[in-house]
Parts: sequence; structure tokens; C-alpha cells
Amino acid sequence: MSGFFEMGGYAAYVWPSYGLTLVVIVLNILGARRLLAKSREAARQRCAMRSER
Amino acid sequence: MAWTWFHRLGSPPHVYAIARRLTPWFGWAAAVAIVAGLYGGLLLAPPDYQQGDDFRIIYVHAPSAWMSLMVYTTMAVSAAVGLIWRMKVAHAFAASCAPIGASFTFAALVTGSLWGERMWGTYWEWDPRLTSELILLFLYLGYMGLRSAVGDIQRADRASAVLAVVGIVNVPIIHYSVLWWNSLHQAPSVMQLGRPTMPAAMLVPLLIMLLGFTLLFVALLLVRVRAEILDRERAASWVAEAVAS
Repeated sequence: MSGFFEMGGYAAYVWPSYGLTLVVIVLNILGARRLLAKSREAARQRCAMRSER
Repeated sequence: MAWTWFHRLGSPPHVYAIARRLTPWFGWAAAVAIVAGLYGGLLLAPPDYQQGDDFRIIYVHAPSAWMSLMVYTTMAVSAAVGLIWRMKVAHAFAASCAPIGASFTFAALVTGSLWGERMWGTYWEWDPRLTSELILLFLYLGYMGLRSAVGDIQRADRASAVLAVVGIVNVPIIHYSVLWWNSLHQAPSVMQLGRPTMPAAMLVPLLIMLLGFTLLFVALLLVRVRAEILDRERAASWVAEAVAS
């Protein structure tokens, strides 16, 4: 198993590449969800204001 | 009527509802494919006879680079449809593409740089492939900057769409750069008609990763486009029902 993490001496190149790509994927997922939540909340507030008038 | 589908595609409430329904399917399919691709790429594929285990960077580098081009093409086509048919939904799709594309272009550049350091002895070179990919990142950032600089959403849609359409010339330049010019970067090994230059044990995980990233793009796009549609449908009566609960 330690051989797996050493990546034949290339660990310092392989793992940062995988790590960065994973971070980009996770940030994309969180970012998309947050964007939708924000837009939904803004739309909900607009609807509430309109129905009060 | 044959054109009904086109009109339905242009209908914001319809697209909003479909996007909501399809998101989990694409999201989970992407997760399964990416986990399977990682397993195949890290554990099943043999080390390369020249590059050893360093070649495994391909399983994150090539899918990121593929995303950078595929997302840009989607963005430019959506923007063109939005301009030509004045279709709000198409602009919403185009706007949704940019942050996704920019982030994966960044990932492609950094993972490529890490790969290049050991293989070429340098993190960066003003090489045709690397330079045109960097220009792609600037195109995405310029598109996003332009959108946020123009306050009115309809004007932002039109102005940024022109930029996206013009910028498409960079896509074939990136793809063919390794063939047209003398580049450090290796020639394509997957997108070659007929004969990929990799053994199946290396190639199959890569194809699964490419599929997984593409499915992930669709899932992300479907979530983002709902937000963009809501922002454009300020006065529409269907919105109240869609955002209730």
C-alpha cells in the first residue's frame, strides 16, 4: 500500500494534481448549489413583496 | 408540429422543471463514473513504460482539458442561439457555462504544469498548446468580467454572447496546436480516428473519466441554469410556485 502512495517516486506531482482536480470539482458542486439557493431566495422575496402589494 | 420541441426548449418554466428533474440522474451517474475511473486509473492501469506512475496525471489532466474545450463550445453555441433567436433560456445556459469552464481550464493548466515539470523539465513554456489554453482561461474570465460589469441582465447577455462567439476561434487552435506547430505537448492519443495509441487497460479508465466529467458538467449546468432562469424571470407568475417549499 505504501508503494501506491509513493507513486513510483512521482507522489509530489501525481497527488497534488488529483487533489487540485478534486477541489475544483467540490467547489463547483458547492458553488452551483449556493448560486441556486441564492436565486431561489431572491425570487421568493420578490414574490412575497408582490403579494403584499 | 415539428417545431414544438424548439419552442418548449425556449420556455423558461419548462426548462426549469426538466432541469430540476434531470439533475440527480446526471449527478449520480457522474459520481459513479468518476469513482470507477479513478479506481481504474490509479489501481488497475499499469505504469507507463517511459513515464512510470507520473503518467497517471492524465486521468485528471485530460478530462479537465476536455471540459475546458467542450464547455466553451457549449457556451458559444448557446450564446449564438441566444443572439439569433433572442432566446432568454439560451443566454441562461451560456452564462451558466463560464464559471464551470474557467475552473476546469485552471485545473488543466495546473495539472499540465505539474506533469510538464518532470517530463519537459519546466512548469511553463510559451508553447502553442499552453499559450492558447491560457488564452482560453482569459476568455472565460473576460466573459465573466464583462457580465458582471454590465448591470442590466439583457444587455449583459447580448454583450457577453458576442465575446463568446468570437472567442470560439480559439477552440480549434487549441485542439490542433500540437499538430500545426512544433509543440512540447504530445499529440492527441484518444481523439484520433480509428486507432488510439494506448492499451485498453490505460485507455478505458480515461474514457470513463471523460464520460464522468461530461456528466458532471451537465449536472452542474442544470443546477446553475435554474438560478439564471429565475434571475431572468422576475415578473413571471410561474416563479412563485417553483420557489415555494
